[in-house]
Amino acid sequence: MTLFQALKTDRGGMITLTIIALATVVVPVCNLLVPESNPFHVSTFTMALLGKYLCYGLLAIGVDLVWGYLGILSLGHGAFFALGGYGMGMYLMRQIGSRGVYGNPLLPDFMVFLNWQQLPWFWHGFQWFWFAMLMVILVPALLAFVFGWFAFRSRVTGVYLSIMTQALTYALLLAFYRNEMGFGGNNGLTDFKDILGFSLQADTTRAGLFIASGVALMFGYLSCLYITRSRLGRVCTAIRDQEDRVRFIGYRVENVKLWIFTFSAVLAGIAGALYVPQVGIINPNEFSPLASIEMVVWVAVGGRATLYGAVAGALLVNYAKSYLTVAMPDAWLFALGALFVLVTLFLPRGVTGLLRKKEVA
Amino acid sequence: MKTRLLSFALTVAVGMTTLLSGQAVAADTIKVGVLHSLSGTMAISETTLKDTMLMLIDEQNKKGGLLGKKLEAVVVDPASDWPLFAEKARELITKDKVAAVFGCWTSVSRKSVLPVFEELNSLLFYPVQYEGEESSRNVFYTGAAPNQQAIPAVDYLMKDMGVKRWVLAGTDYVYPRTTNKILAAYLKAKGVADKDIMINYTPFGHSDWQSIVAEIKKFGNAGKKTAVVSTINGDANVPFYKELGNQGITADTIPVVAFSVGEEELSGIDTKPLVGHLAAWNYFMSVESETNDNFIEAWHTFIKNDKRVTNDPMEAHFIGFNMWIKAVEKAGTTDAAAVQEAIIGVTVPNLSGGYSAMMPNHHITKPVLIGEIQDDGQFEVVWQTPGMVAGDAWSDYLPGSKDLLSDWRTPLACGNFNVKIGKCSAK
Amino acid sequence: MTIRFYLTRAWLPLLFLLLSVPPAIAVSGPAAEQQLQQGLARLVHGNFQEKEAAITQIATSSDPKAKEILEALLAGKIYRLKKDNTLVYTARKGAKADIIGVLSGNALGTVKKRAIKKITINNRLRGKLRGQLALIDLHSSDPKQRLAAVNKLIKTLDPASAITLETLLQTEKNTKVREALLTARAIIGLRTDSGERRLQALENLQGNLNPAVKNELTSLIAAEKDKTVRLKAVATLSSIESEIAFYALLEKIFFGLSLGSVLVLAAIGLAITFGVIGVINMAHGELIMLGAYTTYVIQQFMPNSIGLALFLAIPAAFIVSALVGILIERTVIRFLYGRPLETLLATFGISLILQQSVRTIFSPLNRSVSTPAWMSGSLQLNPVLSLTTNRMTILIFALLVFAGLYITLKKSSIGLQVRAVAQNRSMARAMGVKAARVDALTFGLGSGIAGIAGVALSQLTNVGPNLGQSYIIDSFMVVVFGGVGNLWGTLVGGLTLGVANKFLEPWTGAVLAKILILVFIILFIQKRPQGLFPQKGRAGA
Repeated sequence: MTLFQALKTDRGGMITLTIIALATVVVPVCNLLVPESNPFHVSTFTMALLGKYLCYGLLAIGVDLVWGYLGILSLGHGAFFALGGYGMGMYLMRQIGSRGVYGNPLLPDFMVFLNWQQLPWFWHGFQWFWFAMLMVILVPALLAFVFGWFAFRSRVTGVYLSIMTQALTYALLLAFYRNEMGFGGNNGLTDFKDILGFSLQADTTRAGLFIASGVALMFGYLSCLYITRSRLGRVCTAIRDQEDRVRFIGYRVENVKLWIFTFSAVLAGIAGALYVPQVGIINPNEFSPLASIEMVVWVAVGGRATLYGAVAGALLVNYAKSYLTVAMPDAWLFALGALFVLVTLFLPRGVTGLLRKKEVA
Repeated sequence: MKTRLLSFALTVAVGMTTLLSGQAVAADTIKVGVLHSLSGTMAISETTLKDTMLMLIDEQNKKGGLLGKKLEAVVVDPASDWPLFAEKARELITKDKVAAVFGCWTSVSRKSVLPVFEELNSLLFYPVQYEGEESSRNVFYTGAAPNQQAIPAVDYLMKDMGVKRWVLAGTDYVYPRTTNKILAAYLKAKGVADKDIMINYTPFGHSDWQSIVAEIKKFGNAGKKTAVVSTINGDANVPFYKELGNQGITADTIPVVAFSVGEEELSGIDTKPLVGHLAAWNYFMSVESETNDNFIEAWHTFIKNDKRVTNDPMEAHFIGFNMWIKAVEKAGTTDAAAVQEAIIGVTVPNLSGGYSAMMPNHHITKPVLIGEIQDDGQFEVVWQTPGMVAGDAWSDYLPGSKDLLSDWRTPLACGNFNVKIGKCSAK
Repeated sequence: MTIRFYLTRAWLPLLFLLLSVPPAIAVSGPAAEQQLQQGLARLVHGNFQEKEAAITQIATSSDPKAKEILEALLAGKIYRLKKDNTLVYTARKGAKADIIGVLSGNALGTVKKRAIKKITINNRLRGKLRGQLALIDLHSSDPKQRLAAVNKLIKTLDPASAITLETLLQTEKNTKVREALLTARAIIGLRTDSGERRLQALENLQGNLNPAVKNELTSLIAAEKDKTVRLKAVATLSSIESEIAFYALLEKIFFGLSLGSVLVLAAIGLAITFGVIGVINMAHGELIMLGAYTTYVIQQFMPNSIGLALFLAIPAAFIVSALVGILIERTVIRFLYGRPLETLLATFGISLILQQSVRTIFSPLNRSVSTPAWMSGSLQLNPVLSLTTNRMTILIFALLVFAGLYITLKKSSIGLQVRAVAQNRSMARAMGVKAARVDALTFGLGSGIAGIAGVALSQLTNVGPNLGQSYIIDSFMVVVFGGVGNLWGTLVGGLTLGVANKFLEPWTGAVLAKILILVFIILFIQKRPQGLFPQKGRAGA
């Protein structure tokens, strides 16, 4: 099945992709070219916010790919997201160069005031954009690969696997909090100046990042769509529904799981890398188990096993969060908690499941 | 038909927007942003500061507002989420067009919003004691720098209590790391040997203190007077003090001086086993002064609960807010650049009976007080600096920063001027 | 040598001073009372130096009231009336206070709190007061107090103490106190000029674990000229040190077991819900939190009998958490059986709701739960090994809870049904077991145990909305490591992890120790997915 054919069968996906593509063009134009007095002007604030949502959308696709299609509930995708973010953050840190407060050409500020004498080995190479991007992909992939290699081979499944992924991100959270690690501890990496020579404070750069996020999301969507509609994708669904049977038929279940899991981690890593320059900070909080569980909820709310559902869920929940934390700060946790319960109890197919039902009827 | 309807709708929409923006002008208030977490882990501490700001703004309005206009508080909730701090800061400045923002608690939240304030050239008043090593054109640091809290406290222990051995215990994040670096350098400069300093870091919310307290006990048994300098954060304090009490370490054997434990934190602890342990701040609720009495009374009336305590960051907001008011009046406008220029040198009363001034490095002068914990959850001041101490942005005890100087007045206008090479490093 | 000589000289005047005290003590009746009055008069001043002098005056007055006054001062119970500076003992009653004259001992009625002001003291004075009280205590009739006083004296020994020690030794009958006195005497012996006497003192200090002895030996070795004495001192010190190292090991094991017992308590409820009925309960931590808040509420109701409140809290917390647990099971979980991942999400949502409810009801601030007196302090086994009472209590408590649960599951009919449903649901139903009811009961049981864990945790850490969150991941690790569906696994797993953590901690620091343990568990599960003690249950794998 070609990608085009796959797309034809995915009406929700067509709509979602069209909206994203439109937004990718319209939002930057309305930000840069439409004057501020015009009601159609999109403020930089709104664009940054939407850009963040797009990154979350890409992340949600990654979570959905393993959960919706492969049946692996990962409670640790925040770890891959954060690692990608740290990769980008390290590049941006190195770009500051001697413009830091201490004027040290090599060491980031937090290392200077903690008396570090030289750059730790793992910071080398991050002055090059291509190297940093390579790491953004490789590090999450490697972690996912190693973790998956052990876990899938010894047939750790279901709830156990979820808890192990949670332990993984928790261990990384603790590790990144440590100042000795050389990643800025609790403060993380911040005060970025520019990317590829463009100032991060310029609206044009922000627009560029927004477009990049939109393109990445579309690309991620299409590649996941391609995977899920291919033969491999059908094996995945089979593994989700009857793992043992697939194994008896003769498929190497652990290999399928391993590759999909790794690919999903890469998507999360890219999302993280795009997220960091837009929000301006990366810190260990992104590793917190709570953050990872929230990601799963986006997918659950949107509707698992439909890629557009994952995107819709990410946008919906995050918009609700942005809105509720202003309107009713106390109610936010109640609302989030209720969302978890109600969606799992009454909407096993998520919000988009509701729409689909109507279609059928 | 359809197009006509559409154009009608558009006209209405445009009309509404102009009407709305017109109304905003007509109301003619000066907006003040309040950026404190109202949910999440930091809500415990920050909610109080939000209420403090609302009270201060309310009082100012009763006095007739500012420049003939009323002040209006714009409260947002960054939910203890650091990237969200930056997002909400941008929202306050660009969407709500606030004249100044009062907010943040943790270092990481300040670091997160800093680029936003610099980019959009707005003002932030930051009310919490912090690790120093920062001086931004757009930020005013009304909390204590390490030389306004840590170093005087150590001086007191050394001189008045004859402490010879030191345990520097802290939570593993930037504030304790930097403070302990500065203190270790300071102690060594005072002739304390390496073997008489023990440094220990624990994770956030650490709850099993058995081995660490046992180690402190062993360390303190070496025959010299020992003290613990604690930069342990928030939740980890209760189990820490409990373990100290149970292992028989009392304030007269090994006193603990804390930099992050104030009245608000003590209100959740049974303080009887803690009596005599110390804390260093620039303000205690028990300070006797008329301004303080008035402040406490106003607070109790505002919050409608006379059991609520006041604490040091609240005082910092009190000072910062009054400084901003005075600077705006002096400049005759709320324009950020004008206020930045006007505020340096502004002097306002603080709550401990003296006057605090804004220094050219955007830090302020404050007295340093050492208090002992009492069984009613209050502190009794046992020592205080004779005069005001000016906040030092760059520590003299860190090799990287001892050559740096901050002066935001016009000729220099630099937050990190390197004296040695005669150059401003940033920008 | 010269230093020691100098010290002796310096102490000489003090010696005379101390020697002149006994006659002062002999002063009795009116003279003593007069001195006491003078001291009390000086106490009214705000100045700490003046107060210090006043304390000495009161302590040496040998008036029988002196001890009571100093103790009250230490406890912060002495106030002065603002109008005429009369010193009074005060018992607070809300905004008012009952007062009793310090000197007269007469009840002076009730006054407003504003009318009195506390006589404040600082650390220095507190130290001084304790020292003075210790001197008085040297002659106390209670051997425990005498022992404490002697131990205090050992830290501040001077040649003058020798005389006091000798007189005390003559009358002392209690062996422990005698031992302490002999240690003190030997330490003074180490400071004498005669090599013979120093050797003799070393002989007496063989195996003595008092930290003062170790410090004394270290400084002796550094300064000692006499070779035989030095060799002997080195040998003594090394034998003492190896003994200390042994006790340090014991202490470490105790710390580990105690940390492990907390883990077991937190995890054991989870072991039931997770292991027996295959439900992932992410709200488990919040059920622990509810238990802790129950303790707080009960203590608020009976502030005067904290210990009793704590005992009452155990069943109360069990009931509260069990009811909430059953409610969760009936309204949410029962619709999700067979879908463990969905249960995980739903219960996570419940945990957020419970947290936020507690935040709304009790405020986000931590609540303070008091510890009864019998649970604070520590059991001093020897000078270098003491076990904190609260930790010991919780260790024993955890074992009792475990035993109780184990017996319930193995011996009671409910337990039989629970095990039957866990092993083969359809078969159990065929045999007439009401599976749905058993599910609810099992869930309630697991939740109730979580509530009991909350009571124990309220004695160790903060009672706040985040209490549960900090234990949930650890509890899961314990259950998974120990083996799902196996109570023994949870016990052994929890204790092992606790001890391992405490052995790693000194090397790596607390953070890294925790990370290493997590990584270890992740790897261990890859190797043995069923945990330490695999057992069949509905969770299967």
